[in-house]
Order: sequence, then C-alpha cells, then structure tokens
Amino acid sequence: MVASIQPVAPPDVALSVRDLTVKLPQSMERTYAVENISFDLKRGQILCIIGESGSGKSVTANAIMGLLPRVIRVSSGTIHLDRTNIIGMSPDKLRNLRGRVVSMIFQDPLSALNPLMTVGAQIDEVMAAHGVGTPKSRRSRALGLLTEVGLPEPELMYHQYPFRLSGGQRQRVMIAMALALEPSILIADEPTTALDVTTQAQILELIRDIQRRKGMSVMFITHDFGVVAEIADSVVVMEKGHIVEQGSAQQVLKSPSHPYTKRLIAAVPHLTGEDRVPLAPVDNEPILKVDGLVKTYRSGSALFGKQRVVPAVNEVSFDLAPGRTLGVVGESGSGKSSLGRLLIKLLDNDGGGILFEGRDIAKLSEAEFRPLRPRIQMIFQDPFASLNPRSTIGHILTVGPVAHGMPYRQAREEAKALLAHVGLDAGAFGRYPHEFSGGQRQRIGIARALMFKPKLLIADEAVSALDVSIQAQILKLLDQIQRETGVSMIFITHDLRVASQICDEIAVMQKGRIVERGPPSQIFLDPQSAYTRELVAAIPGEQPRSTRPVAANE
Amino acid sequence: MTALTVIHSPIHWWESRVMRRFLSHRLALLGLVMISLLTLACVLGPHLLPYDSLYIDLRARFAPPFTGDHYLGTDPLGRDIAARLFMAGRTSLLVGVSAMVLSILVGTIVGVIAGYRGGWVGASLMRTVDGFLSFPSIFLLLALAAALKPSASMITVVIALTSWMEVARIVDAEVRSLREREFVLAGRMLGLSRTYIMFREILPNAMGPIIVAATLTVARAILMESYISFLGYGIQPPLPSWGNMLNGAQQYLASAPWLAIIPGAAITIAVTSFNFIGDGLRDALDVRDDRV
Repeated sequence: MVASIQPVAPPDVALSVRDLTVKLPQSMERTYAVENISFDLKRGQILCIIGESGSGKSVTANAIMGLLPRVIRVSSGTIHLDRTNIIGMSPDKLRNLRGRVVSMIFQDPLSALNPLMTVGAQIDEVMAAHGVGTPKSRRSRALGLLTEVGLPEPELMYHQYPFRLSGGQRQRVMIAMALALEPSILIADEPTTALDVTTQAQILELIRDIQRRKGMSVMFITHDFGVVAEIADSVVVMEKGHIVEQGSAQQVLKSPSHPYTKRLIAAVPHLTGEDRVPLAPVDNEPILKVDGLVKTYRSGSALFGKQRVVPAVNEVSFDLAPGRTLGVVGESGSGKSSLGRLLIKLLDNDGGGILFEGRDIAKLSEAEFRPLRPRIQMIFQDPFASLNPRSTIGHILTVGPVAHGMPYRQAREEAKALLAHVGLDAGAFGRYPHEFSGGQRQRIGIARALMFKPKLLIADEAVSALDVSIQAQILKLLDQIQRETGVSMIFITHDLRVASQICDEIAVMQKGRIVERGPPSQIFLDPQSAYTRELVAAIPGEQPRSTRPVAANE
Repeated sequence: MTALTVIHSPIHWWESRVMRRFLSHRLALLGLVMISLLTLACVLGPHLLPYDSLYIDLRARFAPPFTGDHYLGTDPLGRDIAARLFMAGRTSLLVGVSAMVLSILVGTIVGVIAGYRGGWVGASLMRTVDGFLSFPSIFLLLALAAALKPSASMITVVIALTSWMEVARIVDAEVRSLREREFVLAGRMLGLSRTYIMFREILPNAMGPIIVAATLTVARAILMESYISFLGYGIQPPLPSWGNMLNGAQQYLASAPWLAIIPGAAITIAVTSFNFIGDGLRDALDVRDDRV
C-alpha cells in the first residue's frame, strides 16, 4: 500500500487517536460506539473528554487500554501510544504496555479493588506482574506511593483491606496502583463521580498535583463541566459517538462554537447567590413543623455481641411554609435521605415530632396514616428502580388513587392529563417503563406523585441520576409545578449547585444534624458554619456568582 | 422539551427477547417438542390403539415389541403395553403437573410473605421450611403413603408436601432483594395495602425464577411418583402408572427386558425434557446474560 506512511505524531504528543471507529454489535441502538474520532493528548497536559451518558467517552478510554468487551471491535483507525500503534497489537504486547506506559483509574473504587487483598498486596501485584523489583524493593516503593497519594500512616494502610477505607481513600489507593510503574499516560474514567464534593475536590487536586510533579499526561473523562473548568488544559466534547468540538479549555468553556457544547454549558447548574422570588407573601401557618426529630440505626443483634448504634438523624428541627421549597443538602451519610423517609413515614422515627398541617403524624400508626398519605408524596432518586418494570405507566399512575377510592375512569382521565402536563405523550399510558429514557421516567415519577394533588412533595435526589441537560429540564418542570399548584417542597440533594437553583431556603446537614439553615444568598455568599464554607469551596469550577454581589452583602 | 419519542410498536410476547432466546436454546426446544408429543400420545393414543389397557389376552402373553398387532408387545397377563404406557402416562403426567401446581402455590405464598415481612414472621416461616427440608423426603413419602390409602390425588398431595420448600426458598430470596427496590417504597408511599404490594407489585417481578422452579418441580414429581409406585405404595394396579409398570417388570428382567425398558424410557424422556425446558427458561430469563 502506498498510503501506508504513518502520520507520525509530533514528538510532544503522548497519545494520538486518528479516525477511530468502534463498531457495536447488531441490535444495539446505533451502529458505532464512536465514529471517526481524532484527538491528541499532548505531553504533560490534562485532556478532558466530556459528554453525556452514551456519548462514547468510556468506549474511547477502553479502546486505548485495549479493554473493550469481545463483542465490541475497533473497525478502523489508529491509536498511537508513544508512537507505537496499538490497534492490532498482540494481547501479550498490549498487556506489557498496560500499567507501564498507560494506566487507568476507574469510577467506582470499591468494585475496582479486590476485596480479598490488602492494599499493599494489590500495589505490589502491579509491579510483580511486570517483573519489576524484588519483594523488598516493591514493598518500599508501595509505601512510598501510599505516602505520595496522601494517605495517612502508610505502614498501617499497607495492611488494610479495601472495605475499611472510605471512598476517597480507596480512590487514592487506585491512583497509587496506577502510578506504581510510572506510566507516562494516566487515563481517569469519571474518577470522582462516586465521591462527595469535598472528597472530589481533594482527589482532583491530587491528580493535578501528581501530573505536574511527574510531567504525566492525563486523559480525564467526565460529564461535569465544573470538573473541566477545574483541571483541564484542553477539552474534547463528545455527542453520540462523535467529537463535536475540541480546543483549549479556555476556548471551549468561554466561547463554545458548537450548539451542543453551548447547550451543555448553558445547562450546567450554577451557584446563584440570589434568592428565589417567593410566590406570594407568606403569612400562613407553616405546613410542616419538625421538632427534635431523631432516628437511630442499630446494627448487629442485641443477643450476640455488641450492638452498633448510628444516629442517622439527630435532633432535627425546621419548619416549612406553604408553597416554599426547602433544600436539604449534605454529603453521603449525612442523614438527608433518612430525614426524607421519616417525613413520609417510610421509616419510623425514634423521637421528636412531625407536625403536618397542625397534626403530629409521627405518632400515627400505618393504618391511621394511610388516609393522609395522598397529601405527602415523594419523587425518588433512581428513575430505573422506582417504577415497577412489570406495570404499565397507566397502572403506575392510577393504582394509588384507585386504592384510595377514586373511580378508575376518572383516575385514567387525570393520569392522561397529567402525562401531557409533565411533557409526555398521552400514548405513554399503555406502555412499560423500559420503553422510556431516564429523563422521561423521572417525569413519570413526578406525575405519579402529583396524581393526588399533594400538599407536600419530597424530592429525594430527584435529578442526581440524570444528565445535566435533562436535569435542567426536570428542575424547570418542578419549578413550574410549584408555581401552578402551590405545593410545598423538600428538595434533598448532594449538589449545592442544583439546590441553589430551586430552593427558597437551604438546610445543610452533617452527621445527622442541621449545621446551618438560611436562604441561598447566605449559604453561598456568607456561610456561617465552617462545614458550609468547606462545602461551598469544594464545588468544582465555581465561585458563587450573583448578579448583585454587592447588594447581597450590604 | 423532549416530548415522547418512543416509536416502536408494542412487542408481542412471541417476539420478545425471552422467547427468542428460549427458542434459540436447542435442547430446550427439543424438550418442548418431546413433551408435547408425549402428552399428545397419552391423550389420543388409547383411543387409536386396537386394545384396551385392561384387556387380558392370555394367548399373547410376553409378546415382544414390534411383532404381531401389539406394537410394543404385551405383559405377563397379555395386556397391550402401548395402551398401558399411554394410560400410565396420563396418570404420571397428571400427578406430576398437579403436584407442581400445588407446591408452587404453597411455596410462592410462603416465600412472598416470608420475604416481604421479614422479622419474626419471615424467620418462623423459613424455619418451618427448614424443618420440612430436614425430613428425608423418600422416607416421609413412604411413611405417609403407607399410613394413608394410596390414590392418585393422595400421592399428588404427598409429593407436593415434600417439594414446596425449595420454591419457598427461591421466592423468599427473590422477594427479599425486590423489597428494597424503590418501586416498593413508592407503593407504600401511595398507601397501597401490604397484600397488594406483595402479590401485585412484587410477585410479577419474581415470576422468572418461579417458572424455572416449576418445570424442574414437574420433573422431580414425575420421578417421585415413579419411586413410590415402583415400591408398591403409590398408584395401585390395575390402574397403570409408569412406576408400577416398572414394579411389575422387575421379576421378568432377564426374560422380557422390554417390560422395564419401555416405561423406563418414558420416564427418562419426560424427566429430561422437563429439565431441558427448565434450563432453557433459566438461561432465557437471566437478564445478566447478554447474548442476543
């Protein structure tokens, strides 16, 4: 072949992908996972690949690592790692490159670590598999790595099993493993997505710090523009298997040229230090008054050995006015979800009171509370698990009202009207949940909660599982519903940016307690507690922006 | 705003992924065909054959198969084996299927309640299951059959009594994991009754394993019936069943081996076919397996 002259990448390019096309097996929704994508990762730079779910960003990473599942094949294109083309390379040679030249960190550090091996043994294994060093030298290197990724007491850490570590510590161990053979390229596939915001900030800093110190090249896959703003040198934007835009971080973030990029950036929730304009002057009695609410989890049997007592919700008190939204914000384990479930009595409380419309519902038995259930409804987190896969949408929407005595015919008409209201076709009525996308399912979940015309709506991480563009639509829908129906809302989320979009007031929870409560302007611009300050500072790529920053402080 | 963009028409059940995968499972398909043929033969056969299953023809005793007008030969009393085999098949298959239906019913109800309620209710139900499981089932069968008057319906109940526990365990485990799913919480949020949530929301999601257990239970029940009838405590002659045909054949094993081979083959075909169908269903219903 005449045209076999390799397009030799310039020496400052560590990884070069040219015209890469990866074919999907038949019966998938599209033919190619990625089609004709080309990009370069320059030496000593951080390249962010950003896209929504299904954009092909993870497939790209796995193609570079040679870790594609057997049914998915690279059908054309080249991938040059340090000027060697790895497409079509024998599995043995490829295995030799992995870990030594290029290594990867994964999204979920718990499933990526072997639960039956100590941290030290796993780092040691990486080096041993490539025949590097003696047991003694490997051990000292592993300890060095543990120190380098900022883990406390490396000697102790060396002998720990993964389940004893926190999510952030596990991700540090993963990074230590990836660094063990001093690779020149590090691929990070959504390494901070499963982590809390404060931990995410630390891990991002660690990656950037190590990258600078070692002069490594990093390919960082993410769906979060905040993360991009935080660490990227250059950016590749992917949509449905195509690269729609690439360039320097500055250029893409500040003046995006492709409409998709513009749409994505516009959809990213930003912190607003501005308070929401209330619907109407509020002078009524609060609809909900929570007083000293307590929930304690006990694990282990009282009969055998010690019981472990974990306070999930500890002396929480607040009140909520009709038609207003209270945001409950906290990291995982802060007790925010338990609080939501207590309020709707899916969990029983251990103390305190819940005054709903002047009546203490905390004391009611399930049978006594059932007639009140229609007044308090919930929108769940996972749009896939929260709809019964074996029920039609019609059944899902009508079963509740029918159980409370509404004639089926009327329930059906109301369900159809509501489906149209939340932006779905009335034809959805006879279909099954698996025929809908995540965003559409979440609309169904919202419609289900609205069937009863509730007075109080509890949204438990209702937009966390959705892509940003869908997230923005759902938030808009919730806002519109509140303006139309005057429903009060409790919006539980781990994402301060989302909370700032929709809440009149925000309560910050830490270890089961509310540490601060106030309007968004106070929480974001003038946080009173140290923990809130830490949370706000950890939000990636963001300083609170207010259209009237001065006015808020004056 | 994304309006609804789902376009494909509703899928008929015979076009579904599960069906496609089941039909591509060769052995399961073979099992299905064999069972259908066997059932058809048992239903229609006795009407088409020239001899009644109880007609005694002393001049034609011990006729070997494929000779004369007794297609599968005759037994020591000169009764037509083909006619007896198909009549026996009616009894054995009916006992097998009814025992399956009974044990699935009991096992599912116990399993769903134990799995959903948990706590002391679940624990005491499952300990009862353990209790039943700890009896040697053949011994129990024989003791019960000896104590009570053997009849087809009694045998069915006795077999069901010794095989519902496995179903209960499978359903219990399945419901336990489904109970934690958000759609169950959503059902509680809507104020649905406990019974409704258990049997209308959760149970349909557990049908896959139950169907698989059902096919395997039929196979086991047919075997059990054969055991007891072979040992003389089951279906009583002159009413034929595959098991008591074997019983009658054992003293002539050397001189007239076809007396044992023919009902033995029928049992083997029925049991393996049901097992193949069970295997095929299990693979077809396993969502984790992504072969298309």
